[in-house]
Amino acid sequence: MIQTGIISRINLLSGSADLMLTILVTWSIQERVKNAWFWALVAGLMVGYVSGLPWFIPLAGYLLVVGIGRLLHRRVWQAVLLETFVVISISTFGIHLLTVAYLALAGGTFQLGEVISMIILPSTLLNLLLVISVYFLIKDLALWLYPSEVNL
Amino acid sequence: MKSNLPRSLQATLIILILVGFVMLALGGYFGGITNWFGKITVGSQTWLSSRFLAISDFLTVPRDMASLRQRNIELEADVARLQTQIIELQQQVTQTEILSALVDFARTNPENTYKAAAVIGRDPNPFLRYVIINVGSNEGIVRGMPVVTQKGLVGRVDAVVSGAARVQLITDQISAVNIILKNSKTEAILTGSITGSLSLGMISHDVIIEPNDVVLTSGLGGDYPPNILIGQVVSISNPEDELFQSASIQPIVDFSHVEYVLVITNFQPVDITPLLPTPNP
Repeated sequence: MIQTGIISRINLLSGSADLMLTILVTWSIQERVKNAWFWALVAGLMVGYVSGLPWFIPLAGYLLVVGIGRLLHRRVWQAVLLETFVVISISTFGIHLLTVAYLALAGGTFQLGEVISMIILPSTLLNLLLVISVYFLIKDLALWLYPSEVNL
Repeated sequence: MKSNLPRSLQATLIILILVGFVMLALGGYFGGITNWFGKITVGSQTWLSSRFLAISDFLTVPRDMASLRQRNIELEADVARLQTQIIELQQQVTQTEILSALVDFARTNPENTYKAAAVIGRDPNPFLRYVIINVGSNEGIVRGMPVVTQKGLVGRVDAVVSGAARVQLITDQISAVNIILKNSKTEAILTGSITGSLSLGMISHDVIIEPNDVVLTSGLGGDYPPNILIGQVVSISNPEDELFQSASIQPIVDFSHVEYVLVITNFQPVDITPLLPTPNP
């Protein structure tokens, strides 16, 4: 609701932020979280239901996002905020390229340069801005749900 | 010490003295004395009054400040509440104006029946141009119904659930609308784009298109009713090495600020797919 009602109306050129993507990325890179794949499935099905795209495109995209997040988390986990920015950038590009590939197969005609400059780059910038606040929110939520173990 | 005079004589003397004073006073002989006495009295009274007021102010001002602060807080709260009311009323006025315009449009186009709807969301994917409206199958909305505003064509219903519907805008990349140019009487296909701009294609080189020519739906294909306004021709591209010329269109509807729409409920789109020729094997 927040995504379709508010976030999608805030545009930079033709791009817009993806709240679900930022939540999934920040959730998937949390240390103790184990069920990120489940939430990627839920988010993908929800967005697939609302969006004009076929349901499997957002689903595949969000699963890809969680995969990227989990993969990079094992590599650059010491700089968490940097990791978040890297993952969100790669994920935005990945999910948008997946959409572009589908639209191209569906018969759409467009110039890749225009797509990148008008949609992908502005969307990436908006996601980077959005993820800063989402990151701290999700971090607190993860700490609350999965508190640190205390050695006695 | 006891007086030697009898009491009646004492009283008479006192009365005579008092009458004498009164007579002297009435005769103006005490003017200097009364003036002097008056100055002293008024001066003393003024001094006493000013000091009393100063002390009174000193004692009561803090209490007034507290009450003034309290009053100020109450007034600020009132101002905030009134400003909220103003904003709400302005929103209601705006909504009323939009709905009034939609009603006017419906009255001036009585050949169709309409269902008004509010735009409650947009597609989460920035590549797609879809909006979500708050009427669905419960209100008789079915897939394919055209959607307009008082200005012109918006799109058509793409998917329906019980209480909502998803509308594909004509600016969507895979949207195609058969149109006719009003002045040149030329038919063409209007397509959206990934950035939301509109363009005309499939126009023969023989046809002369002028800027500002009005674009209307043609009704061909059975997807939209004819003669719904879409926009105006802005620029024409006529390269010699291409099969067709193309044109950019300025839509009449501001698609980034669509708040209310009308769904044309008595128009049933025609599926002409079975009539299309299929290539023989």
